[in-house]
Amino acid sequence: MATDTLSNHGHAHGHDHHDDHHDTAGTKVFGFWVYLMSDLVIFGSLFATYAVLLRGTAGGPTPGEIFELPFILVETFLLLFSSFTYGMAVLSMNANQAARVGRWLWITFALGAAFVGMEIYEFQHLIHLGFGPDRSGFLSAFFTLVGTHGLHVTFGLIWILVMILQVKQKGLTGVTRPRIMCLSLFWHFLDIVWICVFSFVYLMGVL
Amino acid sequence: MSAHTHDEHSHGSVKSYVIGLILSIVLTIIPFGVVMTGALDTLATVITIVVAAVAQLLVQLVLFMHMNTKADEGWNFMSFVFTVTILVLVIGGSLWIMHHLHLNMMIG
Repeated sequence: MATDTLSNHGHAHGHDHHDDHHDTAGTKVFGFWVYLMSDLVIFGSLFATYAVLLRGTAGGPTPGEIFELPFILVETFLLLFSSFTYGMAVLSMNANQAARVGRWLWITFALGAAFVGMEIYEFQHLIHLGFGPDRSGFLSAFFTLVGTHGLHVTFGLIWILVMILQVKQKGLTGVTRPRIMCLSLFWHFLDIVWICVFSFVYLMGVL
Repeated sequence: MSAHTHDEHSHGSVKSYVIGLILSIVLTIIPFGVVMTGALDTLATVITIVVAAVAQLLVQLVLFMHMNTKADEGWNFMSFVFTVTILVLVIGGSLWIMHHLHLNMMIG
């Protein structure tokens, strides 16, 4: 594996069969992975908070009364397909096709934006009914957990836009490629967190 | 970086992404269907949801995020295992403690 343009080898071991993982790009992506793990702990504590406050409805609605599963299923599929289309963007990058990377990123952006749009609609619908985060401990925890995820997706959307611009202006370079890989991890990570939200908050909520 | 080459195993192929997508769709539909139809009793439904969720997590970690035990000499995987340990402590510990708090204070 040629690492001709990259000089910063992070270790001094003799064996080099995997040395492309120890160039600066590899170190960057690994560092981002460690960030994602710390983000996972944040989501973990929010899930724990939600589980503890679940029964604290304070005379307000229970989960089963306010969740509309078919609506949530559509959200789930939007995010799942966006995860897939981002994968296609990465494959296009590996094939050195910058224009196709841009197209797949736009599709990913559209799916992610539709997801955020549906979530905002759900939130404003609940608040309109008087079931805002101030109504009960359960709803505070619900809005915090799902809202934190939605905020992550929103920042992911901004990042996708930035990458579309950078790929257009700079092309697929040693600078933009690791960024696309980090965003790839971020985007798939958000889908994985959403699976937990879908399963443990929504599906179990209506039981 | 014009002649940039990647090792294929760590970035997947169209096939692996399609397989991941199909498995994810199936593993989403199954628990959704079970909950919507109410075909199983509560315990069986909960087990179905948990098993489908964990399976889909693994599918996406391996086929979408390409996590394996070899990349970065296992540091990717080790940091993940460490994080899962923390999650088990935080979530399991919170529920355990709060459950006993409820019992001892006789609320709810």
